[in-house]
Amino acid sequence: MASNTSFEKYKSDGSLQGNLLEWFDARFPATSMWRGHLSEYYAPKNFNFWYFFGSLAMLVLVIQIVTGIFLVMHYKPDASLNANGIPVAFASVEYIMRDVSWGWLIRYMHSTGASAFFIVVYLHMFRGLLYGSYRQPRELIWIFGCLIFLCLMAEAFMGYLLPWGQMSFWGAQVIVNLFSAIPLVGEPLSIWIRGDFVVGDATLNRFFSFHVIAVPLVLLGLVAAHILALHEVGSNNPDGVEIKKKKDANGIPLDGIPFHPYYSVKDIVGVVVFLMVFSIIVFFAPEGGGYFLEYNNFIPADPLKTPPHIAPVWYFTPYYSLLRAMVWPLFGIDAKFWGVVAMGAGVVILAFLPWLDRSPVKSIRYRGPIFKTLLTLFVIAFAILGFLGTQPPSYAFFGVIPSAPVAQVLSAFYFLFFLTMPWWSKIDKYKPEPDRVTM
Amino acid sequence: MSNECKVDCGRRRLVVATAAVGGVGALAALVPFVSSMLPSERAKAAGAPVEVEIGNLEPGQMMTVEWRGKPVWIINRSKEMLDSLTKLADAVADPKSEKKMQPSYCQNETRSIKPAIMVAVGICTHLGCSPSSKFKKGAEEGMDGAWLGGFLCPCHGSTFDLAGRVFKNKPAPDNLEVPPHKYLSDTRILIGEDKGA
Amino acid sequence: MKKLLTALLFAPAVALASGAGIHLDKAPDVQGDKAALQSGAKTFVNYCMNCHGLSYVRYNRLTELGLTEQQVKDNLMFTAEKIGEQMRVAAQPAEQKLWFGAAPPDLSLIARSRASEEASGADWLYTYLRSFYRDQKRPTGWNNTVFENVGMPHVLWELQGQQILNKEHKLELSVPGKLSAEEYNKQVADLVGFLVWAGEPGAGFRKQLGFGVLGFLAVLFCVAYPMKKRFWKDVK
Repeated sequence: MASNTSFEKYKSDGSLQGNLLEWFDARFPATSMWRGHLSEYYAPKNFNFWYFFGSLAMLVLVIQIVTGIFLVMHYKPDASLNANGIPVAFASVEYIMRDVSWGWLIRYMHSTGASAFFIVVYLHMFRGLLYGSYRQPRELIWIFGCLIFLCLMAEAFMGYLLPWGQMSFWGAQVIVNLFSAIPLVGEPLSIWIRGDFVVGDATLNRFFSFHVIAVPLVLLGLVAAHILALHEVGSNNPDGVEIKKKKDANGIPLDGIPFHPYYSVKDIVGVVVFLMVFSIIVFFAPEGGGYFLEYNNFIPADPLKTPPHIAPVWYFTPYYSLLRAMVWPLFGIDAKFWGVVAMGAGVVILAFLPWLDRSPVKSIRYRGPIFKTLLTLFVIAFAILGFLGTQPPSYAFFGVIPSAPVAQVLSAFYFLFFLTMPWWSKIDKYKPEPDRVTM
Repeated sequence: MSNECKVDCGRRRLVVATAAVGGVGALAALVPFVSSMLPSERAKAAGAPVEVEIGNLEPGQMMTVEWRGKPVWIINRSKEMLDSLTKLADAVADPKSEKKMQPSYCQNETRSIKPAIMVAVGICTHLGCSPSSKFKKGAEEGMDGAWLGGFLCPCHGSTFDLAGRVFKNKPAPDNLEVPPHKYLSDTRILIGEDKGA
Repeated sequence: MKKLLTALLFAPAVALASGAGIHLDKAPDVQGDKAALQSGAKTFVNYCMNCHGLSYVRYNRLTELGLTEQQVKDNLMFTAEKIGEQMRVAAQPAEQKLWFGAAPPDLSLIARSRASEEASGADWLYTYLRSFYRDQKRPTGWNNTVFENVGMPHVLWELQGQQILNKEHKLELSVPGKLSAEEYNKQVADLVGFLVWAGEPGAGFRKQLGFGVLGFLAVLFCVAYPMKKRFWKDVK
């Protein structure tokens, strides 16, 4: 959209339809938006598999918004008990599942969509790591992306309270209690967040409000900013070279192809394949083996009885492990506080990547062995931290190796990967980038 | 487009095919969302047929039951009340009940299965108020002298006779609705269902 | 700190549910067997529903087990007047709490909530309902090897008979019941099958529809992919 005004306005061919379009286009940047963002937005022609996940994230966002709108028509954020002695909120979810025509499908799409969102977004972020998509001049795209990720976490966390099951309740209880670790203001802050001394009806109602109105609005704004920023500077690609450096006589990048129709038809194929996987989960395994819908969440919230084992939903578990890894009080402040700091820092540190990476090349294709090794280790560490987050802290590998020290070592690695990046990314070997993209 | 494809015939065919199949899918995907707004099983259960015992309903009396959240009147009309219906044939807008405001088995002069027992939804066909009963004649009910008994809607003054027929030149366009109903026995009525009646 | 966190997160962690180390028998899958599900419904209404509701299931939903509305009304419907009503317990939850100390839970979702990584909820229920034994230390006189210090007495004892825990800590039938072990296992399997069904009555239709949706997406792929190929053939 760099040259918003350079597109010519639509000229009617004299037909009624044409006249209408001309009238409209004179008053609204329809043609220029269509061209600037789609038919004349030139994307590198060498996008690979990893480049599907951006458009898929948009698709999941749409699925979540549409199914969410219909769920809100039937769901009731109410923690009081109904005539059968069951919390109204919990019962209203089962009402959707059984009494509302097709409600089960809409609900399963929404619950599966939540997990799908994180799968797609994690892969999308990993793509950025692989090809250095966060590097200059795309720092702002990356920062908007990190904010989207934060929003998504808030959205998922607050949405998870709404079914008012045991995991909803105790998950919210634990996470909100984290805020009480902040020195001085912690305790009043956590009471303010809950609006009560325990997670209760007030908490449920405000989380509902945030989940359906506040956070989605922010999310949509950030997504728009993310895409506008992307279209301002142009897309990166698996070779990490700037296609705008080599243009033809008309100023069109030699390695660029119009997003529409090339990537629109390609993304349609991606969407169909994604929908197949999505449908397999929705129709055949909506519980996702207890990871997408946790078994204990089929029990209504009971403030007097904690389930034997509570774990956050899988997409939070790597960060939950970072939290649990901090067990030492520092500077006279309780270790709980440092756990919260570690968890927060684990997310925030991502935003600094554009300035931490000092490699002369962007893409993994031309980077050296240090990067390749460390990135592999990082992925493995992240996955193990994620797994450990689903397990109780007493878990032992093969029944003998205690997991707690392992989680601490991996957490340290998580941060060292980023903090030492300015050093190792500079000394790492690299191959010269090509002038043009390779297919 | 037969033999003058400018760009690429096969490509065009594939776009049309994908759009067609995708369009079918999009339409099918609409079904769950649209149907989720229909009455749920709970609403259907709440709106299930209602059984009413009318053994104790004396001639000239009326009782009200709730069906689908609406008042349903059951009136045991006395001989005199029934006679009033014939007299009012010229005064009401649709004396023969030609508009579809009743099941076919109630399209008769008394608008009922058994002549004496009137079953009607007590909702004015004008804007949905519930009319009040004015069974006594003329001035006793504060009506004009020619009043033979019936219903007056307090909102806009529509009047109905004892068969729920609306009087001429009143705001209400139609006679009161007669719900589907059937007799389970001589004194038990099922309101809301008429299968096998 | 670790202890603090652990205390905060996992304090009342009493191994109630599918505790580690308890062997759970595999429950037979009877979802396709309407007669079994009907028999399970009957057992549920006669034995369980005195205390436990199944309040998310409406009576008319039982017609999906191959019964007519009249059959449901005559044989299974004792707590409601209308076929569209929910399968509630006659007692009020608040009263039950007074009587039992805790209201017996609604069982609509029991088969889903009792599932774990190790075994399905059906396996847990199937084993649990066959693992009651006599224990005079308990107020009800009953205990259970799957659910230690269970609050519920063995409601089906007349059918199964009475088990005791022998010296090797194995269950042993001491007083035979009306049914043989095989018959009892079958009856419990049917009951568990019914509870699995009640956990999500629409599950069968969901899976059927899934095949349709996947078939449709396969067709869509078969046109979308060649379309992509066709567009991309000139990108070099």
